[in-house]
Amino acid sequence: MNLQSVKTIYLAEMSRSLRTVLQSIVSPVVSTSLYFVVFGAAIGSRISEVDGVSYGAFIVPGLIMLMLLTQSVSTASFGIFFPRFSGSIYEILSAPISYLEIVLGFVGAAATKSLILGLIVLGTARLFVPFTIQYPLVMLLFLVLTALTFSLLGFIIGIWADGFEKLQLVPLLVVTPLTFLGGTFYSIDMLPPFWQTVTLLNPMVYLVSGFRWSFYGSGDVSIWASAFMIVAFLGVSLAVVNWIFKTGYRLKP
Amino acid sequence: MTISFNHLPTATPEAGAALGEAEATGSPMIQVEQLDKVFEGGFQALKNVSLEIQRGEIFALLGPNGAGKTTLISVICGLVRASSGTVRVDGHDNVADYRQARAMIGLVPQELTNEAFTTVWDTVSFSRGLFGKPRNPVHIENVLRALTLWEKRNNRLLELSGGMKRRVLIAKALAHEPKVLFLDEPTAGVDVELRREMWEVVRQLRDQGVTIILTTHYIEEAEEMADRIGVILRGELVLVEEKAALMRQLGRKELTLHLDHALEQVPAALAGHDLALSEDGHALVYTYDVTRQEEGTGIAGLLADLEATGIRVKDLHTRQSSLEEIFVSLVRERA
Repeated sequence: MNLQSVKTIYLAEMSRSLRTVLQSIVSPVVSTSLYFVVFGAAIGSRISEVDGVSYGAFIVPGLIMLMLLTQSVSTASFGIFFPRFSGSIYEILSAPISYLEIVLGFVGAAATKSLILGLIVLGTARLFVPFTIQYPLVMLLFLVLTALTFSLLGFIIGIWADGFEKLQLVPLLVVTPLTFLGGTFYSIDMLPPFWQTVTLLNPMVYLVSGFRWSFYGSGDVSIWASAFMIVAFLGVSLAVVNWIFKTGYRLKP
Repeated sequence: MTISFNHLPTATPEAGAALGEAEATGSPMIQVEQLDKVFEGGFQALKNVSLEIQRGEIFALLGPNGAGKTTLISVICGLVRASSGTVRVDGHDNVADYRQARAMIGLVPQELTNEAFTTVWDTVSFSRGLFGKPRNPVHIENVLRALTLWEKRNNRLLELSGGMKRRVLIAKALAHEPKVLFLDEPTAGVDVELRREMWEVVRQLRDQGVTIILTTHYIEEAEEMADRIGVILRGELVLVEEKAALMRQLGRKELTLHLDHALEQVPAALAGHDLALSEDGHALVYTYDVTRQEEGTGIAGLLADLEATGIRVKDLHTRQSSLEEIFVSLVRERA
């Protein structure tokens, strides 16, 4: 393992986030905080409890998950897309490093950034809404696995995209809507029976539910179903990345 | 401008000794064998290319646009996958032993491909780390000073001129102390002064034992720099020649003698000279070799014989075929 190379890519990506601290860190924290203010404190005060917790507390795990998913995807996709766009990818592809090391550098940095953001938003949420975390280790595990999995997805998108439009396509038109409809703001018990069944086809339901379970000990689906889903996501993402490097898809003609 | 690479690690006595040992083995630095590349869609960019590049030489690869120069470099550097054939760098297969092979190579691409928002120092240091080398600020400083980039080390790349950006690409390629340097059109779009500065840089690197392969459109560049020249046309390597041998071809000149009266044929008295008669009979064309200084060009003898035969010359001129003409005629021959 060429750790020096992995460290170099990792630190370069992390310093890119720091260079653009307003866009990378402050902006998602502010926008998520606004959700807490509007839905948690303002509107939430007029909504009764959901699944035994206040509405403000109920939406905390979902909002953290929403931010985590979108940030993981956009950071990782931009991280690999930009060198492709600028042409400087030649240096990475001609360096004496393996594909695994390239992935570790880029995806590791994107996941770290999302993880840090997730913890910052968690701390910020606590300023607006009182809540407790019943299973902090499970919560951390979910946070890490989700950040990793969706950073891998972002990496795949960054390689697939051949322009800025496609780069934004999946985070804006797939990840965000599915997360919104995946129980971020409501329990699926609140939906009519037909839509409850349809919602179960949305993979985000399992991620949001599992994460919420680590906070309050209850979720829309069983914790094991959530755990299976995140591991399955991770497995599929790893398989696709492996295929990309084996075939040289959009990287090595 | 004086550029000194004397302080670079490649110039150390140890490096020199290592190079000496390697030279003693006589193995080439780069061995390309029967390389083919067919892109998706069926375009064959390389056709059965075999090539050996010796240690410490400057090899110039010439060819028109789309001939396959960049593809060949890209395959050697691992950017493009070969359809068949092998590439060895210092004996290491560039697929099976890609780490060892790639660690020896520095690549300066044709396009100015930089991350605009990073500083010169950061991007050059990044390149070193990417190749698995530990931090070495002294080496980075030496490279930047040698390429007159030191004053710009804290500037972001978007603030630099085109020439400066190209130097940054060279600095990045040298950051990990490569033994082989690929320069893909290094002076494309660069003004004359900077071009000469870059030639000086390349020579100094070669003097320190770095093997250099450059692609160029400028025949002058190949003539000025290269030890050997390869010509690639439509994916085929059609010529690999010592520059000195090509210069011997260049040394052939033509003397055209315009005659007062047309001749029907070359007179028998002049048969000892390499003469050809023009179609209209008004000119005699004499071909000779200027490099054969000791034997003479034969012009004096020819003129004496002409006078003896009574043929009057009203004008004369000479012309020398350039490397460019040889190149162009090669291209035409194979078109």
